[in-house]
Amino acid sequence: MTGLPRYPGYDVTAKRDTPSWDDVTRTVIDERLATPHEPHFFDVVEWQALCALCACIVPQDRERPVVPVAALVDARLANNLGDGYRDARLPPMRDAWRIGLRALDAESRSRHELPFSSIAEEARHALLTDMQEGGLDGPEWRGMPGAVFFAKRVLHDICGMYYAHPHAWSEIGFGGPANPRGYVRMVANRRDPWEAAEARPGREDQAYKENRRVR
Amino acid sequence: MSADDPHDAQLVPRGKNGRAPDVFRPAAWIPMREYPQDEAVDFAIVGTGAGGGTLACRLAEKGFKVVAFDAGAWWRPLEEFASDETHQGKLFWTDERICDGENPLHLGNNNSGKAVGGSTVHFAMVSLRFRPEWFRSRSLLGYGADWPLDWREMWRYYGEVEEALKIAGPVNYPWGPKRPRYPYRAHELNASALVLARGCEALGIDWSPTPLATVSAPRGDAHPCVYRGFCVSGCATNAKQSALLTWIPRAVRAGAEVRDLAMVGRIAMGHDGRASGVEYMREGRWQFQRARNVVVAGYAIETPRLLLMSATERFPDGLANSSGLVGKNLMVQLNQAVWGTMDEEIRWYKGPPSLSLTEHWNYEDKGKDFFGGYCYMSQGPLPVAWVSTQNGRGLWGQRLQDEMRKYNHQAGLKIVGEAMPQERNRVTLADEKDRYGLPVARVTYSLCDNDKRLVRHSLDFMSLALEAAGARDVWRETDDTCHLNGTARMGDDPATSVVNADCRSWDIDNLWICDGSVFPTVGGVNPSLTIQAIAMRTADRIETLAARGDL
Repeated sequence: MTGLPRYPGYDVTAKRDTPSWDDVTRTVIDERLATPHEPHFFDVVEWQALCALCACIVPQDRERPVVPVAALVDARLANNLGDGYRDARLPPMRDAWRIGLRALDAESRSRHELPFSSIAEEARHALLTDMQEGGLDGPEWRGMPGAVFFAKRVLHDICGMYYAHPHAWSEIGFGGPANPRGYVRMVANRRDPWEAAEARPGREDQAYKENRRVR
Repeated sequence: MSADDPHDAQLVPRGKNGRAPDVFRPAAWIPMREYPQDEAVDFAIVGTGAGGGTLACRLAEKGFKVVAFDAGAWWRPLEEFASDETHQGKLFWTDERICDGENPLHLGNNNSGKAVGGSTVHFAMVSLRFRPEWFRSRSLLGYGADWPLDWREMWRYYGEVEEALKIAGPVNYPWGPKRPRYPYRAHELNASALVLARGCEALGIDWSPTPLATVSAPRGDAHPCVYRGFCVSGCATNAKQSALLTWIPRAVRAGAEVRDLAMVGRIAMGHDGRASGVEYMREGRWQFQRARNVVVAGYAIETPRLLLMSATERFPDGLANSSGLVGKNLMVQLNQAVWGTMDEEIRWYKGPPSLSLTEHWNYEDKGKDFFGGYCYMSQGPLPVAWVSTQNGRGLWGQRLQDEMRKYNHQAGLKIVGEAMPQERNRVTLADEKDRYGLPVARVTYSLCDNDKRLVRHSLDFMSLALEAAGARDVWRETDDTCHLNGTARMGDDPATSVVNADCRSWDIDNLWICDGSVFPTVGGVNPSLTIQAIAMRTADRIETLAARGDL
């Protein structure tokens, strides 16, 4: 491996109608891809903060199709699908998110006189780094430790939903759904024809061609 | 809404009207016996996982009248288990629990199932025997507590469980006393498993293909494993020999009734100080099943929760709690790991996640600065689990995205390590209520110095092993845990234990506890095989006790 692995042209959803996907999986992924892009749980102010937060936590370039991660997080909260455990220092999931996003905006206003979504990228990163390191504890947090919110909710929920999206699977070369076909070639450096081909330096075209044939 | 619609498995009970889902055929049913609620059955069993499912099966096969309850849904895996980590969250106990202590636990998808079949529906299938000395760890090894069970007797029951589940394992297992050959051949190793092997060979210790409860050849209606890799999200192939596919269908065939979507909220006590049945919520109303015996098999959080919630004037501190130990000595297993980047494409998403292991540090006592042991296994987390691991070391933004791009080149070694029993690690009832109006469990956990020494030893050793196998940029995941045990330990003395060797509570002679709660210590291997072996033994003991009029 030299540099970061790349899988040009690989799209895990191209396997949708192959023996790697079954009916229940098609239904589940179709539903996820059809998640509405506007918020149902958050209000407009919270939504803007969330979108800006997601752009920092899982930055997306323009080369790949966009993962609507804020919408996926919103949908999760709208359905109130919990984890089955909660750090005692945090309130329930929905309350934690509302308090956390408003507190983030408040911290941003006190530093820059602007909400989080309106400040420059560097300033956003500085704020989030302070949150992660426990440096934010204004009254808007209502006693909720910002560092715990960051670790247990921000990272957990945003990253968990990002990597639940097929575009993210394509990006990292994950095989994705695999029932009933599964896999045959188990040893190192071997791929089944329905797995992503990694680009060799200088031979991206060949990987692209193979990835377009992945079925 | 109907029991035939897959989307409604969590809304409409399926074990009803004289039938139960056929887990081997889409949309199909098998006949199931039903028992009236106002006539006492021989056993009401709360929970249908490794403990309750196994016991329900064996008791029904011995002719007892059994009704088993599970709070979760009765799934048909072939048509209802998606190849998707997120969707399959439906298999986990996602009702709220509150975690505190110095090391607040992660529950839910980490260790807590909610389905007919319990956590075996999503377990990683690792099926290991305890080291014999662990049954007497206090006397022989100087830590923890002795079990009231003899390892030779357990060895026989382990063999019976391995046969019942057709465990796929190696011809020769390198550690411990001789054991019979595993019923099915070991699975093909994936690249991730071979990294572990390379590290062990470089450091001169033994390794082995992992004995797994997923079939490597067809078995009856169960297809062999297709190396799909979604094992801990539920097996859609039906290769996994979970309680859902093994013990439960056998139990139903033998005349047991299983009630799904049935949350037991209270064990009812009679004026004679004995249990009289269970109160449970099903189809929106509280109902009551009379029973001559009640078995609690809800795993190490729900079991003490139910015992504590069932407190009465006569038993103000909860049932079976004269020792004060119900809920105490909760033991996780340590689950730390080292991760690194390989030049080769590993693609660890293929195959069961832990196809190889070493139990070297379970059986070797020299060179340790801690009590207890650990095994370690090869790894294969899918993307959502893997990003969670990366988040655990604080990564986000571009650094996180770059790390995630290396997904197909990662390898890792992860322990299942023995945590020490401590009374301060416990399950209590919080003030907060759940949707049934029942108090939520509060789970308090802190590692002790011995736990931390074990972790350090394992991370040092595994770092060497992973580097010897060719990994670069090796880093340490220092805070993960897995499995849940303790909280109702078995023993020889009513003052220092909750149940006796037969899983019968000392205080109430028709109240039994049969799951991982009864473990006095956890050892350094996954607990499911031991839970099932104990359940098989308990069924035999109950038969013996019944025959001589001692029930």
